[in-house]
Amino acid sequence: MAQPKKPIEQVERVAIRFAGDSGDGMQLTGTKFTESTALAGNDLSTFPDFPAEIRAPAGSLAGVSGFQIHFASEDIRTPADQPDLLVALNPAALHANIEDLRPGGMVIVNSDAFTGKNLERAGYDGDPLPALEDRFRVVQIPLTALNREAIKDLKLGTRETDRCKNFFALGLMFWLYNRPVESTLRWLEGKFKGKVLEANQRVLKAGLHFGETTELFPVSFSVPKAKIQPGTYRNITGNTALAWGIVAAGVQLGKPVFLGAYPITPASDVLHELARYRHFGVKTFQAEDEIAAASASIGAAFAGQLAVSTTSGPGFILKQEALGLAVMTELPLVIVDIQRAGPSTGMPTKTEQADLLAALYGRNSDSPVPVLAPATPGDCFGTMIEAFHLAVKYMTPVIVLSDGYIANSSEPWLIPDIDTLPRFDVEYRTDPEGFLPYRRDPETLARPWAIPGTPGLEHRIGGLESEVDTGAVSYLPENHGRMVQLRAEKVARIAQDIPPAEVNGADRGELLVIGWGGTHGAITSAVNDARAEGQDVSSLHLRHLNPFPSNLGELLERYKQVLVAELNCGQLWRHLRAEFLVPAESLSKVEGQPFKVSELRERIDSMLGGRK
Amino acid sequence: MAAAPTIAKAKDFVSDQDVRWCPGCGDYSILKNVQKVMPELGVPKQNVVFVSGIGCSSRFPYYMNTYGFHTIHGRAPAFATGIKASRPDLSVWVVTGDGDGLSIGGNHLLHTIRRNLDLQILLFNNRVYGLTKGQYSPTSREGMRTKSTPQGSIDHPIDPIAFALGAGATFVARTVDVDAPHLQEILHRAHAHKGTAFVEILQNCPVYNDNEWLEVEDRKTRVGAALMLHNGEPLVFGPKDARRGISIQDGVPSVVDLAADEDPIAAGVAVHDETHRSPSYAFALASLARPEFPLPTGVFRAVAKSTYESMLQAQVDDAFEQRGPGDLRALLHSGDTWTVEA
Repeated sequence: MAQPKKPIEQVERVAIRFAGDSGDGMQLTGTKFTESTALAGNDLSTFPDFPAEIRAPAGSLAGVSGFQIHFASEDIRTPADQPDLLVALNPAALHANIEDLRPGGMVIVNSDAFTGKNLERAGYDGDPLPALEDRFRVVQIPLTALNREAIKDLKLGTRETDRCKNFFALGLMFWLYNRPVESTLRWLEGKFKGKVLEANQRVLKAGLHFGETTELFPVSFSVPKAKIQPGTYRNITGNTALAWGIVAAGVQLGKPVFLGAYPITPASDVLHELARYRHFGVKTFQAEDEIAAASASIGAAFAGQLAVSTTSGPGFILKQEALGLAVMTELPLVIVDIQRAGPSTGMPTKTEQADLLAALYGRNSDSPVPVLAPATPGDCFGTMIEAFHLAVKYMTPVIVLSDGYIANSSEPWLIPDIDTLPRFDVEYRTDPEGFLPYRRDPETLARPWAIPGTPGLEHRIGGLESEVDTGAVSYLPENHGRMVQLRAEKVARIAQDIPPAEVNGADRGELLVIGWGGTHGAITSAVNDARAEGQDVSSLHLRHLNPFPSNLGELLERYKQVLVAELNCGQLWRHLRAEFLVPAESLSKVEGQPFKVSELRERIDSMLGGRK
Repeated sequence: MAAAPTIAKAKDFVSDQDVRWCPGCGDYSILKNVQKVMPELGVPKQNVVFVSGIGCSSRFPYYMNTYGFHTIHGRAPAFATGIKASRPDLSVWVVTGDGDGLSIGGNHLLHTIRRNLDLQILLFNNRVYGLTKGQYSPTSREGMRTKSTPQGSIDHPIDPIAFALGAGATFVARTVDVDAPHLQEILHRAHAHKGTAFVEILQNCPVYNDNEWLEVEDRKTRVGAALMLHNGEPLVFGPKDARRGISIQDGVPSVVDLAADEDPIAAGVAVHDETHRSPSYAFALASLARPEFPLPTGVFRAVAKSTYESMLQAQVDDAFEQRGPGDLRALLHSGDTWTVEA
């Protein structure tokens, strides 16, 4: 007899964290749940958080991999400070994550994994679950056994069988939050064949049915569709948006793309993604090292390509020498630094925003480079188009500072209408009449892009100081001073292409919170929450870090207090104080984790004399 | 782009820059010979690119009236890779030195050779750092006294030819700065080769390491000190009345004295084979060093292998053929999407 359908309770927002061993497939589980949630029409924000080791010792705290998703019927900007539900596939996952769970929240554990050795590896003396019952709703499910039972007749090996259990958990979550299962079933069909396909399909459905039949869950939940801007959406991560932005720049500028890159976390995915787009004329080159990746890209730029080199912190530093040459030879080049926690190798899979000063000042001598930073995963797309536009218009290298958080997290993205994307006409110089390699456009100060193969424009460029206009090697004192000044002036003039900074909130007042990069969501959320409660606070997000929007100095004067919040020890804060002589304060966090909204809120409230 | 009128004269390849090498520098001769050979190659001047790193030799592009890029120390092969990989239509020449190419740039040189891009790499070897005023280089002889090695160098030197062979080079040659006909012939051969053509040019630094290669530069001593490699011919050197040959047994070379009319092959002298199926033959030649052996000049190895840029272009062409020209709208809408109604 069919069981009566359980009641469905409607909620406005939910945050779930999937946690398990790094071999448990938590990132995949999270990704599939995210896709389904996106298709269900919710606004969402995700935060994958995983170790750098591919397979840390099984069951250890170091090997715990997590994926948090926040989804809602309203506009949301962060993956949420605290999950409402934690799915922990082993004791280590519980230990590493339980303190983040909202008091009163639900934790679902794989009770089969809570055995002697696993508990020991996780640093527990005995069974931790009873003690948690006071603070959380603990749901114990024998996932391993249920999973094995569901597919035992397929006679897969134990390893292969147990590998399916994340999909049992996923199926259960699909039931619990009434998510559509079709996209995941479709994906499975494309990914697996035969018994493995059948096992995964069956286990996914077994999870769904278990939810419906078990007495552990009296109700399931639904989150209504978000009221968001009409249009066609997709889910997108920062790295995918960044790669597509590079492809789009090639299309919009009508020039072939060349990517030189060396594998590095968390930037490698951009190389992987672009390597698939040869039919767009994209050439990717996996170089022998970071230096060669940048150097080859500059060579390609000299030869007329839209050249880009993608990397992360340690690799970015290795590219600085080549960047200096691109400054000196005034070639269009985009360098993307997907920042991670450092210094040195640091924490490769953890986020940070601590390469700003290296981007602004990290080369020998006075070597100005424009710097842009995307605010969200989807914003990476437009940022790359803008970076290339500025690079070719002003004939300059451009640095894009993304970060590990933006790179791997995802959000629903309103797919832009490509007819509305900016198009730029970029002309190579072809006319030998009056040609000089360093004769500048009077408006942009850009020198001509004269590429090999063009008759009559044969010329030499290089790292030695060039004479004004002719580009001939020159050691004359006045010439050097003039060239240093011209290079600086050229970059400064980019401000004419940058939209004025826009404040979120009031155009003057008590407190302005300034941020850049991937902290946009958390800062905006904190400020909006505070404003809703009557606090006189506004926020300003900087996508352009060099040059700054031309109205920035004037804006800063309109607020009594300024707070600069960033995931470093105050780099933008220091820079703003130096540039504008404002007594700004700094809120810094360097834990390899994004800001929590509550951390920002606390500081805002304290600067405003307490919560209202 | 319109085809340029054919350039037929060396002077058309001379730039307007004053050449600033020291008087007597071997680079002058190399420059003159390169400028002489350029019009003979049949490549329109605008399609020629010279790329260099840092050092005395790396000033070379400034003096060539072609496209030129004076880059960063050791990185010229990487810049050249980007140029050639993206623009296979260009004739790309790398000029480097023993310090630039084999010390700071060793990694780039290795990988560029291994990928076999169709480039010409000219490595000027004078066994000393000139531009920084006379420190020992990775090719300097052990024991060489310089400002940085007052008690003598304790570095074991690297041999450029062996390095290139080890990297899997498909074309390896050695020539001498002042031997104009030989240098020109090797430049022609290097250009004709499809793939990375690595050419070591023995070059004299009159200021910091004068006469390092005197025996092979001086016409009078060259005949006994150099072994001219000719494909298909026995490895014979020395004056007519005192001919000697090189025998190679189990990869170990030895000198064979030849009687006046003795057949060298019958006497066990090896016959030069540029296309030998094993690079170990060329390695054996590379191990020949003064004073025990004559120094080989000419082409050590010349074999065919596909080039990086042609395979990369083939992938682009294949993708284009199989998937059609990239469609940005289709890309952005690929996979799962959903529509929010107004």
